[in-house]
Amino acid sequence: MGRMKTIVRRTFLIGSAAIVGGVAFGYYAYKKPIANPLLDDLADGEAAITPYVRIDQSGVTIITPRADKGQGTYSIQAALVAEELDIAWEDIQVDPGKPSPAYYNATVLGEGLPFAAVDESFLARNARAFGGVLGKVLGIQITGGSSTVPDAYEKLRIAGAVARETLLLAAAQNTGVARDQLSTKDGAVILPDGKSILYTSLAQTAAQIDPPSEVALKPESEWRYIGKEMPRIDILAKSTGTLTYGIDMIMDGMVHASVRTNPRMGGGINSYDDTAARKMRGVQKIIPITGGAGVIADNTWRAIQAVNAIEFDWKDASYPKNSNLMWKTVASSFTPKHKDSRLKNEGDVEAAFKENKVIKAEYRIPYLAHAPLEPMNAIVLLKDGRLDIWTGTQIPLNMLQTAEKMTGLPAENIHVHVQMMGGSFGRRLEDQYVRQTIELAQAMEGTPIKMTWSREEDMTHDFPRPMQMSSAWGTVKDGKVESYDLAIAAPSTTSSQLGRLGLPAAGPDIAIVAAAWDQPFAIPHHRVTGYRAPEMVPISSWRSVGASGNGFLYNAFLDELIHEAGADPLMERLRLCNHDLSRKTLEAVGEMSNWGSDLGPNRFRGLAFSLSFGVPVAEVIEITNTQDGIKLDKVFVACEVGKVLDPINFENQIQGGVIWGLGHAMAAELTYDDGIAEQNNYDGYESMRMYQAPDIIVRGLENGTDVRGIGEPPVPPAAPALAAAIFAATGERIRELPMNKTVDFV
Amino acid sequence: MTKITVNGTAYDIDVEPEMPLLWVLRDELNITGPKYGCGIAQCGACTVHIDGVATKSCQVPIGDLEGDVTTIEGLGTPDALHAVQEAWVEHQVAQCGYCQSGQIMAAASFLAETPNPTDADIDEAMSSNLCRCGTYPRIRAAVKAAAVKLEGA
Repeated sequence: MGRMKTIVRRTFLIGSAAIVGGVAFGYYAYKKPIANPLLDDLADGEAAITPYVRIDQSGVTIITPRADKGQGTYSIQAALVAEELDIAWEDIQVDPGKPSPAYYNATVLGEGLPFAAVDESFLARNARAFGGVLGKVLGIQITGGSSTVPDAYEKLRIAGAVARETLLLAAAQNTGVARDQLSTKDGAVILPDGKSILYTSLAQTAAQIDPPSEVALKPESEWRYIGKEMPRIDILAKSTGTLTYGIDMIMDGMVHASVRTNPRMGGGINSYDDTAARKMRGVQKIIPITGGAGVIADNTWRAIQAVNAIEFDWKDASYPKNSNLMWKTVASSFTPKHKDSRLKNEGDVEAAFKENKVIKAEYRIPYLAHAPLEPMNAIVLLKDGRLDIWTGTQIPLNMLQTAEKMTGLPAENIHVHVQMMGGSFGRRLEDQYVRQTIELAQAMEGTPIKMTWSREEDMTHDFPRPMQMSSAWGTVKDGKVESYDLAIAAPSTTSSQLGRLGLPAAGPDIAIVAAAWDQPFAIPHHRVTGYRAPEMVPISSWRSVGASGNGFLYNAFLDELIHEAGADPLMERLRLCNHDLSRKTLEAVGEMSNWGSDLGPNRFRGLAFSLSFGVPVAEVIEITNTQDGIKLDKVFVACEVGKVLDPINFENQIQGGVIWGLGHAMAAELTYDDGIAEQNNYDGYESMRMYQAPDIIVRGLENGTDVRGIGEPPVPPAAPALAAAIFAATGERIRELPMNKTVDFV
Repeated sequence: MTKITVNGTAYDIDVEPEMPLLWVLRDELNITGPKYGCGIAQCGACTVHIDGVATKSCQVPIGDLEGDVTTIEGLGTPDALHAVQEAWVEHQVAQCGYCQSGQIMAAASFLAETPNPTDADIDEAMSSNLCRCGTYPRIRAAVKAAAVKLEGA
């Protein structure tokens, strides 16, 4: 059991604050850098508490500022606090940080910006999760930037431990019993005679006690939640239709709305004719908005019908009109002028090419939409100089700043209430739908506007992941991969995304070469070059960001080289691997899949490996080559994360990530004609369905010391593992996605 | 006025006959368990039962509705779960959960008609419901477990 001196080492301090009817525990977050972050040095107004634990008459509530998009993070955050606080799982209440005047006015509002510190840490974590794309934002907005998941891993446990210790001190003070005679159990302090005092009844006293500046954390052997199978906090609500997502919110006096804007992204509008729409039943008002118009009605369906009845005269987009022209633009970007980065340059590839036969291939991967199942929506109310936004978002702080600019209201009068989300996959890093709803609310002051996009509006206004091309060259020698030169051309996700946030993106874009330049393989002559294509369609982060495409581009050609060398895909990767955790991950998947064994007639396997977000993931997929097409049978996944915090959620996230990677690679693409995405609903944008879903066997490895997130790393190796298996089955190299251009699936 | 019965309660609805059942449920009756995902019968998030048969409510104009409607709220409640919901909880199926109301309604109707399904039966029946989070392996396991529960009931 180590004493946690980390409290002082980090730019955080534990503290408490009295709130109405109780106490809040959490971290002090500083407005400005402080050299010696000791509690005594704090002047009034210099710091405000960022609460993680709230104890009052209603019970013990754990504040989970990181939004849950389906990845189960509310449960994980709650588990980290509850582990040290010592409360029963069924008694845990979770609050995502919905601003409550009684509470926040007393504690946080003194800071000026409600929940700023929470939002910043929220943004920090999401920025990490989205592959450093927003990391650049972070550098500007937050102090620190150390690895986020390990940080929360320790930070939330410390918050729980400090709260527990303070409650123990409060019990000692109230009863006169010495602190070391007291213990805790399931939300109560236990006295030597066996009587118990509920935490809730100690809250008032605890608020008057200075929390300890050092606490001891439980040793891992005493953990009851972390690493154990825990029911998700939201599982009952999600299995009974009783969870309220943003789209389900109902407010008194609310009207329904839908909008249409130019499907040529950013193209703007010449004019529109709403004569027919005005006459439709239930339509109350038609409001011009940036790039289009919105309909206010008494029912969402009527609003969507009416907005579709408006005749719009759209302007052209500023980008190439169709996919062919876009491919030409990317293809012509492999030039010195467009060179963005060369972060890997080992040995001398040019010299190697002179010695042996050069193998060459080109690859293409398409634009892909996020298309979470809940269409984008928001409720906005502008009333008496106060703006309230209820929506599912990953960027509440940025949203608040945007609303500030749009309305001219001071930040303290703007409240973003983050709602449960029906998926995101990176989609809710964008906020057009909220800006549109603010525009409607500005035209309808005093009325809550619930705006819902139709699926068609959603799909045609997604900010997709970019199309990418690669050119790859390599040589083999004596049965080994000798050289590998990979050039990737893509528009810059980082630049596109930060541009919309009003932030500059200087320097090369790592996303163009992520999970390619940084792979743990010591190929003697190895070069990875990124070329930045023009922006074209505005793009954004899509589950696993740059790695989502590069995992395929890197592995697919490596597989070609290994085949040319006559080597085994697993053995050659192991031979080349120069990273211990990655080697163990490859070895694990080899063992799990019984690599090398005979699979029987018409059955084949393929392997791929990606190191992304600090997480090595190796996947082996087994398929059957049937008469009607390829059938996916099984996937084995080995994944190194340092510590599996929740085994069930871990497995679920990895299975989901593999299906995400496979499903889109097999069947999905966004193509453009006349500047408009041609796929505007799920009938044109297929991903995997149940009948295609393979069994997915997962093993979490805990060899490393850093605790990592697993929402994204399973995605990159999925597609190339399948491509390798298809090559084993058919002898055909798939060099363009989606794969159903080349093979049939059953 | 259109008369409809949802979860055992009768309602008089004054809407145009072409309004889909989904939007009558969600915006007129505030029954939000059935979700809007696509509006074109591709995703199944809006699945309800009409006289016990799983139906995509976005495709049923209210004027054409014949039969009693059951939504996820009427299938079971947090205090009194349907066997399919029990299996969903036990297998921790949901990620974002947005599709799961529809998945559960589809599974309940399927298992009522097919008490001893094969894996192929399950795959076929459940393939009309989309899950973007990729919970299919868990849905498959939960449907199998629910089949056993219902068989024993």
